[in-house]
Amino acid sequence: MVRRLLAWYGASPVHLAALLIGGALSAYAVSLVPGSQLLAITLWFVGMLLVHDLVLFPIYAAADNAAAWLSHHTKARPPQVPWVNHVRVPAVLAGLLLVAWFPLILRLASPTYEAATGLSDRAYLGRWLLVTAVLFVGSALLYVGRTLNAARRGPAEHGGLSRAEQPRATAGGEAGS
Amino acid sequence: MVRRVAAQLKDLARGGTAPPGPFRPGFWKSPLRGPWLTAVLGCGLLVGIPILFVTGLLSYAAYDPGLGGGNDRTSGKELLGFYLFTWPTDPVWLYRAVIGTHLLLGLALLPVLLAKLWSVIPRLFAWPPATSPAQALERLSLVLLVGGAVFEFATGLLNVQLFYPWSFSFYTAHLYGAWVFIGAFVAHVILKFPAMVRALRARRLRTELRTDLEHTHSEEPDEHGLVATAPSAPTISRRGLLGMVGGGSLLLVGLAAGQTLGDGVRGTALLAPRGGRDPGDFPINKTAASRGIAERDTGSTWRLVVVGASRELSLSRDQLLALPQTTARLPISCVEGWSTTQTWTGVPLADLLSLIDEPAGTVLVSSLQDGGAFSEARLARNQVADPRSLLALRVNDADLSLDHGFPARIIVPAAPGVHCTKWVREIRLLGEDA
Repeated sequence: MVRRLLAWYGASPVHLAALLIGGALSAYAVSLVPGSQLLAITLWFVGMLLVHDLVLFPIYAAADNAAAWLSHHTKARPPQVPWVNHVRVPAVLAGLLLVAWFPLILRLASPTYEAATGLSDRAYLGRWLLVTAVLFVGSALLYVGRTLNAARRGPAEHGGLSRAEQPRATAGGEAGS
Repeated sequence: MVRRVAAQLKDLARGGTAPPGPFRPGFWKSPLRGPWLTAVLGCGLLVGIPILFVTGLLSYAAYDPGLGGGNDRTSGKELLGFYLFTWPTDPVWLYRAVIGTHLLLGLALLPVLLAKLWSVIPRLFAWPPATSPAQALERLSLVLLVGGAVFEFATGLLNVQLFYPWSFSFYTAHLYGAWVFIGAFVAHVILKFPAMVRALRARRLRTELRTDLEHTHSEEPDEHGLVATAPSAPTISRRGLLGMVGGGSLLLVGLAAGQTLGDGVRGTALLAPRGGRDPGDFPINKTAASRGIAERDTGSTWRLVVVGASRELSLSRDQLLALPQTTARLPISCVEGWSTTQTWTGVPLADLLSLIDEPAGTVLVSSLQDGGAFSEARLARNQVADPRSLLALRVNDADLSLDHGFPARIIVPAAPGVHCTKWVREIRLLGEDA
């Protein structure tokens, strides 16, 4: 009987136990939320999930696909250096800062911010743009450096001369800041 | 036409052919997705999230919710308050460390979480949605897992920026949200731990960190459906992706840590709510103007009232200054993650109670501000008894400014900043116990 039930369930008893115990804890926590706030919290809980999965994710996936497509169609020939990660890495990092701090950067909470701190939140947009500019300029300089390096080394490498420095030593730049 | 649509619908309902787009395996092209990458990112979260959870619970304990009243923002917690204890006053940096870790670790884990969700997103569109009750139950728990993670990170980040687009209480949502999430998290760890260990063993981290783009290939096809069936050529190596995630963590932490670490380096926190520069001296939480505190309330007519069981005493600021003064160097640390250490001078709270012949006990401190979430706070007996717990009148050898709580404010070692009530009006002894 138990075996037939488990066959119907489709996984081990541990699987069922883990989900029931975890689910019970979650359900208990939900049951403690004051009724007056439950609906709003649930809506935000589901809404934020949908915003991540169905809005944010498609946007960054599409942007990344576009970059990959462009990079594919402007394929670097040696001694050229692929440029795509020199745009992708600073763009992702700047985007990450924006995702974390958009209420400050876009000044969405100015009145509460000023009431709490006695300061203006006007500086944040400029600071974010500054950090973004530093990231892109740094990445561009790294790209120029790698290109020059590759151009200088290119003929030698094609000539089959052994060099102490391996190509991977320069490829580290793709890891970004 | 109608018949064809009906046939397709019937097919869909039976879980036959997947709908087009993301529901079909061929849609997902990244050659980097695979169990190893997911396991590495998952491993980071497995270490970080329990620390985040525990520091969050400790921050709740620091409010001494057992004292009731405004100290307990979530009074219906029942069994979930099982671990609560009286918050100590030593070491003085305890709350600073707890809340600083909570905020900075949360920032560090944000890129890891986003990368982890990216790595498993094909599973969101798995078709058919479930082939067994086990799978259906597991996917339901994933709604709580992913939804809970997104909810906790989002509410935490928006709260420290004082941005409240919602109608619910942050305390309620963030606390119960954490418990909902942790239930799903525990189940997920139990179910996935063996697969994580297997995946980590399949490749060596050191080798991956030495593999450049040219030598980056897809992982072996897996039973989880994470590896793309028809991957495109890689444009970044695995170490490049991991480097980008780690770089993102460093950048977020590096641009925010100054607001927690202290006053010499606050200027480095360019992207943090209380970083960059100071408002003259050191940060404040709530200006006098925003709390309706006017000069006339705090002028020569101001009196501090100390109320005991049978006696009460009214003291002017000059009378307070004439009492023996104590100086203590103590941090103020806010639940929003910033911190500042200053040198405070004033009258120990225990001395004030002894003026009305009362021993140290639980007190209720009320502010001149009318209303507001923290216009009053309860302090526990151990806090009141600590000789460094002051009714501060001066800071750094000068009178308090109005924004810092003139004529008098509370400062208690290791207590959350919101319990260091400003513009104190009354200190009322509630009892000797607790």
